Amino acid sequence: MMYALSLSLESQAGFNEAAEMLQESFLAKLIAWGLVSALLYHFFAGIKHLVMDMGHCEEIESGRMAAKVTLIIAGVSILLAGVWVW
Amino acid sequence: MVTSITSFGRSGLYDWMMQRVTALVLATYTIFMIGYLLFNPDLSYEQWKDLFSGTGMRIYTLLAILSLVAHAWIGMWSVSTDYIKQAGARFVFQSVCGLLAFIYVVWGIQILWGI
Repeated sequence: MMYALSLSLESQAGFNEAAEMLQESFLAKLIAWGLVSALLYHFFAGIKHLVMDMGHCEEIESGRMAAKVTLIIAGVSILLAGVWVW
Repeated sequence: MVTSITSFGRSGLYDWMMQRVTALVLATYTIFMIGYLLFNPDLSYEQWKDLFSGTGMRIYTLLAILSLVAHAWIGMWSVSTDYIKQAGARFVFQSVCGLLAFIYVVWGIQILWGI
Protein backbone atom coordinates (compact mmCIF):
# COMPACT_ATOMS: atom_id res chain seq x y z
CA MET A 1 0.00 0.00 0.00
CA MET A 2 2.88 2.35 0.75
CA TYR A 3 4.36 1.45 -2.62
CA ALA A 4 1.05 2.26 -4.34
CA LEU A 5 0.86 5.56 -2.45
CA SER A 6 4.38 6.61 -3.38
CA LEU A 7 3.78 5.59 -6.98
CA SER A 8 0.47 7.48 -7.15
CA LEU A 9 1.97 10.71 -5.80
CA GLU A 10 5.23 10.60 -7.77
CA SER A 11 3.91 11.76 -11.14
CA GLN A 12 0.98 11.67 -13.54
CA ALA A 13 2.49 8.54 -15.08
CA GLY A 14 2.93 6.98 -11.67
CA PHE A 15 -0.66 7.80 -10.76
CA ASN A 16 -1.92 6.20 -13.98
CA GLU A 17 0.26 3.15 -13.37
CA ALA A 18 -1.05 2.74 -9.81
CA ALA A 19 -4.66 3.19 -10.97
CA GLU A 20 -4.18 0.78 -13.85
CA MET A 21 -2.48 -1.75 -11.55
CA LEU A 22 -5.43 -1.67 -9.14
CA GLN A 23 -7.83 -2.26 -12.02
CA GLU A 24 -5.97 -4.89 -14.04
CA SER A 25 -3.57 -6.81 -11.83
CA PHE A 26 -5.12 -9.78 -9.97
CA LEU A 27 -2.36 -9.81 -7.35
CA ALA A 28 -2.68 -6.08 -6.61
CA LYS A 29 -6.43 -6.47 -6.15
CA LEU A 30 -5.96 -9.49 -3.90
CA ILE A 31 -3.42 -7.68 -1.71
CA ALA A 32 -5.57 -4.55 -1.56
CA TRP A 33 -8.70 -6.49 -0.71
CA GLY A 34 -6.88 -8.65 1.84
CA LEU A 35 -5.41 -5.67 3.67
CA VAL A 36 -8.69 -3.74 3.59
CA SER A 37 -10.56 -6.77 4.91
CA ALA A 38 -8.12 -7.22 7.79
CA LEU A 39 -8.42 -3.50 8.54
CA LEU A 40 -12.24 -3.58 8.47
CA TYR A 41 -12.41 -6.56 10.82
CA HIS A 42 -9.84 -4.99 13.18
CA PHE A 43 -11.74 -1.69 13.00
CA PHE A 44 -15.11 -3.12 14.04
CA ALA A 45 -13.63 -5.42 16.66
CA GLY A 46 -11.73 -2.41 17.99
CA ILE A 47 -14.91 -0.40 18.30
CA LYS A 48 -16.41 -3.32 20.22
CA HIS A 49 -13.43 -3.21 22.58
CA LEU A 50 -13.87 0.53 23.13
CA VAL A 51 -17.54 -0.11 23.91
CA MET A 52 -16.57 -2.82 26.38
CA ASP A 53 -14.01 -0.46 27.97
CA MET A 54 -16.95 1.80 28.77
CA GLY A 55 -18.49 -1.01 30.74
CA HIS A 56 -21.00 -2.48 28.30
CA CYS A 57 -21.46 -6.02 26.98
CA GLU A 58 -19.47 -7.62 29.77
CA GLU A 59 -21.83 -10.43 30.73
CA ILE A 60 -21.88 -13.70 28.84
CA GLU A 61 -25.11 -13.04 26.93
CA SER A 62 -24.36 -9.41 26.01
CA GLY A 63 -20.75 -10.28 25.25
CA ARG A 64 -21.74 -13.06 22.89
CA MET A 65 -24.31 -10.80 21.20
CA ALA A 66 -21.72 -8.05 20.73
CA ALA A 67 -19.32 -10.57 19.21
CA LYS A 68 -21.94 -11.81 16.74
CA VAL A 69 -22.90 -8.26 15.75
CA THR A 70 -19.25 -7.38 15.19
CA LEU A 71 -18.67 -10.45 13.02
CA ILE A 72 -21.77 -9.76 10.92
CA ILE A 73 -20.91 -6.09 10.37
CA ALA A 74 -17.31 -6.96 9.54
CA GLY A 75 -18.43 -9.72 7.16
CA VAL A 76 -20.82 -7.47 5.30
CA SER A 77 -18.27 -4.67 4.99
CA ILE A 78 -15.63 -7.09 3.73
CA LEU A 79 -18.03 -8.29 1.03
CA LEU A 80 -18.78 -4.67 0.09
CA ALA A 81 -15.04 -3.97 -0.06
CA GLY A 82 -14.77 -7.00 -2.34
CA VAL A 83 -17.34 -5.50 -4.69
CA TRP A 84 -15.48 -2.21 -4.55
CA VAL A 85 -12.10 -3.75 -5.35
CA TRP A 86 -13.19 -6.37 -7.90
CA MET B 1 13.40 -3.91 40.12
CA VAL B 2 12.57 -3.18 36.48
CA THR B 3 10.68 -6.17 35.12
CA SER B 4 9.98 -5.14 31.53
CA ILE B 5 12.19 -3.10 29.25
CA THR B 6 10.60 -3.75 25.86
CA SER B 7 7.12 -2.41 26.47
CA PHE B 8 6.15 0.88 24.87
CA GLY B 9 5.62 3.07 27.88
CA ARG B 10 6.58 3.28 31.54
CA SER B 11 3.60 1.32 32.73
CA GLY B 12 0.94 -1.07 31.50
CA LEU B 13 -1.66 1.60 32.11
CA TYR B 14 0.23 4.04 29.89
CA ASP B 15 0.30 1.42 27.11
CA TRP B 16 -3.40 0.70 27.66
CA MET B 17 -4.22 4.42 27.28
CA MET B 18 -1.94 4.94 24.27
CA GLN B 19 -3.47 1.92 22.54
CA ARG B 20 -6.90 3.54 22.79
CA VAL B 21 -5.78 7.06 21.88
CA THR B 22 -3.89 5.87 18.80
CA ALA B 23 -6.84 3.63 17.87
CA LEU B 24 -9.14 6.65 17.77
CA VAL B 25 -6.70 8.61 15.61
CA LEU B 26 -6.36 5.69 13.22
CA ALA B 27 -10.13 5.12 13.18
CA THR B 28 -10.76 8.72 12.12
CA TYR B 29 -8.07 8.49 9.46
CA THR B 30 -9.55 5.24 8.13
CA ILE B 31 -13.05 6.74 7.93
CA PHE B 32 -11.70 9.87 6.27
CA MET B 33 -9.68 7.98 3.65
CA ILE B 34 -12.41 5.47 2.75
CA GLY B 35 -14.96 8.30 2.58
CA TYR B 36 -12.65 10.40 0.43
CA LEU B 37 -12.00 7.57 -2.02
CA LEU B 38 -15.71 6.64 -2.18
CA PHE B 39 -16.86 10.21 -2.81
CA ASN B 40 -14.19 10.85 -5.46
CA PRO B 41 -14.50 7.86 -7.80
CA ASP B 42 -12.96 9.64 -10.78
CA LEU B 43 -10.02 11.00 -8.80
CA SER B 44 -7.43 12.93 -10.81
CA TYR B 45 -3.71 13.05 -10.15
CA GLU B 46 -3.87 16.82 -9.57
CA GLN B 47 -6.61 16.42 -6.98
CA TRP B 48 -4.80 13.53 -5.22
CA LYS B 49 -1.51 15.43 -5.20
CA ASP B 50 -3.17 18.61 -3.91
CA LEU B 51 -4.73 16.63 -1.08
CA PHE B 52 -1.36 15.45 0.22
CA SER B 53 0.43 18.71 -0.51
CA GLY B 54 -1.63 20.58 2.07
CA THR B 55 0.14 21.01 5.42
CA GLY B 56 -2.98 19.99 7.31
CA MET B 57 -3.12 16.64 5.53
CA ARG B 58 0.61 16.11 5.99
CA ILE B 59 0.28 16.68 9.72
CA TYR B 60 -2.73 14.38 9.88
CA THR B 61 -1.02 11.66 7.86
CA LEU B 62 2.20 11.82 9.88
CA LEU B 63 0.13 11.72 13.04
CA ALA B 64 -1.56 8.59 11.68
CA ILE B 65 1.79 6.97 10.80
CA LEU B 66 3.24 7.67 14.25
CA SER B 67 0.00 6.47 15.86
CA LEU B 68 0.26 3.33 13.76
CA VAL B 69 3.79 2.72 15.05
CA ALA B 70 2.76 3.09 18.70
CA HIS B 71 -0.47 1.11 18.19
CA ALA B 72 1.30 -1.70 16.37
CA TRP B 73 4.20 -1.79 18.83
CA ILE B 74 1.89 -2.14 21.83
CA GLY B 75 -0.25 -4.68 19.99
CA MET B 76 2.63 -6.81 18.75
CA TRP B 77 4.35 -6.53 22.13
CA SER B 78 1.23 -7.98 23.77
CA VAL B 79 1.17 -10.79 21.18
CA SER B 80 4.86 -11.57 21.47
CA THR B 81 4.91 -11.58 25.27
CA ASP B 82 1.91 -13.91 25.24
CA TYR B 83 3.13 -16.40 22.68
CA ILE B 84 6.90 -16.26 22.29
CA LYS B 85 8.29 -17.58 25.55
CA GLN B 86 11.96 -17.86 24.52
CA ALA B 87 13.53 -14.48 25.27
CA GLY B 88 15.95 -14.65 22.32
CA ALA B 89 13.29 -15.38 19.71
CA ARG B 90 10.98 -12.79 21.23
CA PHE B 91 13.72 -10.16 21.12
CA VAL B 92 14.38 -10.88 17.44
CA PHE B 93 10.64 -10.65 16.70
CA GLN B 94 10.35 -7.31 18.51
CA SER B 95 13.45 -5.97 16.78
CA VAL B 96 12.00 -6.83 13.37
CA CYS B 97 8.77 -5.07 14.35
CA GLY B 98 10.76 -2.02 15.42
CA LEU B 99 12.77 -1.99 12.21
CA LEU B 100 9.64 -2.27 10.07
CA ALA B 101 7.99 0.54 12.03
CA PHE B 102 11.04 2.77 11.52
CA ILE B 103 11.07 1.99 7.78
CA TYR B 104 7.40 2.96 7.45
CA VAL B 105 7.98 6.25 9.26
CA VAL B 106 10.92 7.25 7.07
CA TRP B 107 9.17 6.02 3.91
CA GLY B 108 6.01 7.91 4.86
CA ILE B 109 7.90 11.14 5.47
CA GLN B 110 9.74 10.70 2.18
CA ILE B 111 6.46 10.22 0.31
CA LEU B 112 4.70 13.12 1.99
CA TRP B 113 7.53 15.63 1.68
CA GLY B 114 8.81 14.29 -1.58
CA ILE B 115 5.80 15.39 -3.62
